[in-house]
Amino acid sequence: MSIQQFIDNEVKSNDVVLFMKGTPQFPQCGFSGQIVQILDHLGVAYKGINVLESDELRNGIKAYAQWPTIPQLYVKGEFVGGCDIVREMFQAGELEQVLKDKGLAGKHPASA
Amino acid sequence: MPMDANEIERLIKSRIPDADVTIRDLAGDGDHYAATVIAESFRGKSRVQQHQLVYEALKGQMGGALHALALQTGIPNT
Repeated sequence: MSIQQFIDNEVKSNDVVLFMKGTPQFPQCGFSGQIVQILDHLGVAYKGINVLESDELRNGIKAYAQWPTIPQLYVKGEFVGGCDIVREMFQAGELEQVLKDKGLAGKHPASA
Repeated sequence: MPMDANEIERLIKSRIPDADVTIRDLAGDGDHYAATVIAESFRGKSRVQQHQLVYEALKGQMGGALHALALQTGIPNT
């Protein structure tokens, strides 16, 4: 399986996927950490994939979305954005709406 | 090698001529910038598409010479 197939499979078989540096428990980059906080706050279940585990993955994800930076958030197979966009959408209440529209928000109560 | 703020603005405007570009050097080290790009030509485009246009303008410098660029895009308030 090529790296592009691997990424495509992850994106399409998980409702919410975050490609990030580090893990949701231990983010290794402030930008990745911000999205983790937002997703945790919204109480949405997601899969975190650590791009630091493989250079092939780290470069492959940039090509996949034609997006030069990490983190990258995908919802229902669709690229939502990187840190700036996700934060902006969260602050405007749009992210919660997108998740709700797709039947994803509030599966778990927000812990904060 | 850090990038000059004027150079960033020039690259963005060369790709998006109607852009109103504001750049702040966040850390004063020529390496961490925040840019706001407002353009009428963004109208009808998603945020992802707007950001992709800006990244395209920066010709692959993003993630390379340009370590961190916090980006905000939008259309002018009329």
